[in-house]
Amino acid sequence: MDLAGNTAHGMVPAHKPQGLARWLFATNHKDIGSMYLWFAFCMFLVGGVLALCIRAELFSPGLQFFQPELFNQLTTLHGLIMVFGAIMPAFTGLANWMLPLMIGAPDMAFARMNNWSFWLLPPAMTLLLLSFIVPGGAAAAGWTLYAPLSVQLGMGMDLTIFAIHILGISSIMGAINIVVTIINLRAPGMRMMNMPMFAWASLITAYLIIAVMPVLAGAVTMVLTDRHFGSHFFNAAGGGDPILYQHVFWFFGHPEVYIMALPAFGIVSQVIPTFARKPLFGYSSMVYATSSIGVLSFMVWAHHMFVTGMPATAQLFFMYATMLIAVPTGVKVFNWIATMWQGSMSFETPMLFAIGFILLFTIGGLSGVTLSVAAVDVQLHGSYYVVAHFHYVLVAGALFSLFSAVYYWFPKMTGRMYVERLGQLHFWWSLLWFNVTFFPMHFLGLAGMPRRIPDYALQFTDFNRIASIGAFMFGLGQLIFLLNILYSLRHGKAAPQQPWEGANTLEWQIPTPAPYHSFNPPPQLETAENGVVLSMREGGQG
Amino acid sequence: MSCLRLCGISAIWFALHSTAVQGETAAFNLQAPATSLARLEYDLHSMLLWVTGLIFLLVSGVMLFAIVRHRKSRAYRARTFHENTTVEIIWTVIPLLILLAIAWPATRAVLSQKSTHGEDMTIRITGYQWKWRYDYLDDNFGFVSHLSTPRTATAAGAARPEHYLLEVDEPLVLPTGRKVRLLLTANDVIHSWWVPQLGVKQDAIPGFLRDAWFMVDKPGIYRGQCSELCGKDHGFMPIVVDARSPEDYARWRDARLKQAAAAADDPARVWTLAALRQRGETVYGQNCLPCHQASGKGIPGNFPALDGSPVVNGDKAAHLHIVFYGSQRNPAMQAWGKQLSDTDIAAVITYERNAWGNHSGQVIQPAEIHALRGSSG
Repeated sequence: MDLAGNTAHGMVPAHKPQGLARWLFATNHKDIGSMYLWFAFCMFLVGGVLALCIRAELFSPGLQFFQPELFNQLTTLHGLIMVFGAIMPAFTGLANWMLPLMIGAPDMAFARMNNWSFWLLPPAMTLLLLSFIVPGGAAAAGWTLYAPLSVQLGMGMDLTIFAIHILGISSIMGAINIVVTIINLRAPGMRMMNMPMFAWASLITAYLIIAVMPVLAGAVTMVLTDRHFGSHFFNAAGGGDPILYQHVFWFFGHPEVYIMALPAFGIVSQVIPTFARKPLFGYSSMVYATSSIGVLSFMVWAHHMFVTGMPATAQLFFMYATMLIAVPTGVKVFNWIATMWQGSMSFETPMLFAIGFILLFTIGGLSGVTLSVAAVDVQLHGSYYVVAHFHYVLVAGALFSLFSAVYYWFPKMTGRMYVERLGQLHFWWSLLWFNVTFFPMHFLGLAGMPRRIPDYALQFTDFNRIASIGAFMFGLGQLIFLLNILYSLRHGKAAPQQPWEGANTLEWQIPTPAPYHSFNPPPQLETAENGVVLSMREGGQG
Repeated sequence: MSCLRLCGISAIWFALHSTAVQGETAAFNLQAPATSLARLEYDLHSMLLWVTGLIFLLVSGVMLFAIVRHRKSRAYRARTFHENTTVEIIWTVIPLLILLAIAWPATRAVLSQKSTHGEDMTIRITGYQWKWRYDYLDDNFGFVSHLSTPRTATAAGAARPEHYLLEVDEPLVLPTGRKVRLLLTANDVIHSWWVPQLGVKQDAIPGFLRDAWFMVDKPGIYRGQCSELCGKDHGFMPIVVDARSPEDYARWRDARLKQAAAAADDPARVWTLAALRQRGETVYGQNCLPCHQASGKGIPGNFPALDGSPVVNGDKAAHLHIVFYGSQRNPAMQAWGKQLSDTDIAAVITYERNAWGNHSGQVIQPAEIHALRGSSG
């Protein structure tokens, strides 16, 4: 096995296990990363189909396709699957694939635990999907699973609770792996304050996951014991408090928002400098801004609860703290634009999605400022305005950044180029129909349409129609992406080692496609801010 | 360009916002305010819309400029600068100042929403799955308000009334120009009482009391909905407030009090099967139908059928017990003893035992429910 060290920079020729065993017993970060990404995409399609069911029902007033109890199950599972099945695993998959390549590590720190954290996902999602066919159907309390409603529901709720426990264990193990890899396995010369922003964002995200996933586990466990073991955490008659659930849930839930947003910031901070052919502006302020968003995310949870009847002082505290988040978030947006300013930009698909991200995420951020003002939130809370707001942040934010990342790193992962024209079509199609779907929801919310209702008053018809048409077209457009990937995997043009002129981080210094084993032993690096590699020498025996 | 299109959309939004608002159906903006609170919220939102809109235009404008000018296809040579402390301080401080400017009126609005003291009258609002109960605490009467749109109107292709899903059998009648304090609670799960034009949204939480207030400017019908997911019929528990001049209100209240006294049922009255069955059908329609359905077939897996049910066709004591005390196993079956009168419970049980395929011929008299109530203390 003394292949290491024979080839330049520890690029060991592939000698990988074959067949099912390669995937079932995978310990290679690239294999596990690929499984994460494919799994996340499948779940994205499943969650998307649920969303289309919702939009089909809401195309017209009246109950056309689904009775209210099933409709509530659809909204609940759409949310849970997209958050825990699609967005989070996709980011973990990218981190798995790219982090070792970007910081010069041979693999993730705990390769076997890595296998386990992936393979926990399929059973958890199976539990969630199975819950549709148990008596009483799936959980129908919204993805927030508020007690006491979640205490009332059938056994689908129990399956959901167990699924969340398993998903939480998976996320925590994945996060520990990311933290340890970044802290311990950086190649010599890759200083923390020179790391790529994607690594910084993944690191801070991982800490958030470790901090809050146990809190969510606690919340749903209390629901479980209230349901079956006679406790009264959320029952006032037994000395409990229904609002306690919301406090515990949102102490998880708000950092969770940033768990889905910070890695997106990281991706965009890699993509923009590459295609602007100019270093990232304000690297250290980016690091500090990301960290302070991470810290502030723990202090704002009750802005999700402005209409529960908090005292004025609490409303004011959470309002001020929430408004404050706009400052570091603004710094990030300004830094990206300053990076683009006087660059030499070209607009390949990853760049298009990154620009679309900045533009639409800014809208989501600004509607967030509007929502943070407690007195205005009284009108907007629980309305379609909130639905519009968080889809601008999660679809145009997290999802667009994921598309950007996949197009960006596809050549390095597979050794082939994607079809650029299809990529551009995918972007413009998604951008158009995303806005057609979600922009009218602002109007619906302002005009007084509550979220999570299967049927609505007649004055809401027009915008619901537009949103439904947009949703179906948006969904259709994602098949362009799938087609592009499937075609390019086999027939794409061979990619050079360096497909993007302006890319200068470590992953572009190794052959394309990335060899099965890389950086073993790690190289000696000289680096600059944001992971830029100035020089690389072959490392000693690691 | 995406930026152009979005700017266009924002411009349309602004234009519509400034012109099309004041009508009854404002499709692009908050509904026309009818209380001082709603006006406060409306103005604050307009201010935020301008501030955030301008920021968006500025940010996207600068980005658009760079996209057009600083591109490789125009052979623009990239500079290499990557920091500038002065600029970074400026764009940290300016947003802070903007936020401070927003925080001042925002704080005043929160404080005025929260000042519920000095009320002229108090209404207790109780959320139930899936209806609202209003109690006029000063006058000691109350009633339950149900959705009045017929269930058949939800079918695909059915004719839908003008106020589809936003109409009730008994609206909350209130005087204008009086400060009304609301005390909100719930019976089962969390509900939320939202009437946009009145500027009030407040969760109703089981086991706790929360308060809110408003004072309606002028007479009118104001419609709203439950805005916290509360189970199956969350979308079917609207709110209608009928605001009248203080004189009209006083007339309504006096009539209502007289009517309540006259309609009080004598618990000792002995009813015939037909009379009780007829009344029971109404009670069933208002309370039981959402789950057990008009057909009595329930919803398999969720809510049991009553048609042919062993409880409904068996010993009446068990039937009485589950209706009166609710079900331990399935919390969706509430303890109706706390909500309905003796006569209503007797009527609905009689109806259930003599409807669909159930033909027991049994009549349950209000006195039997009265006795149960006595024994349960």
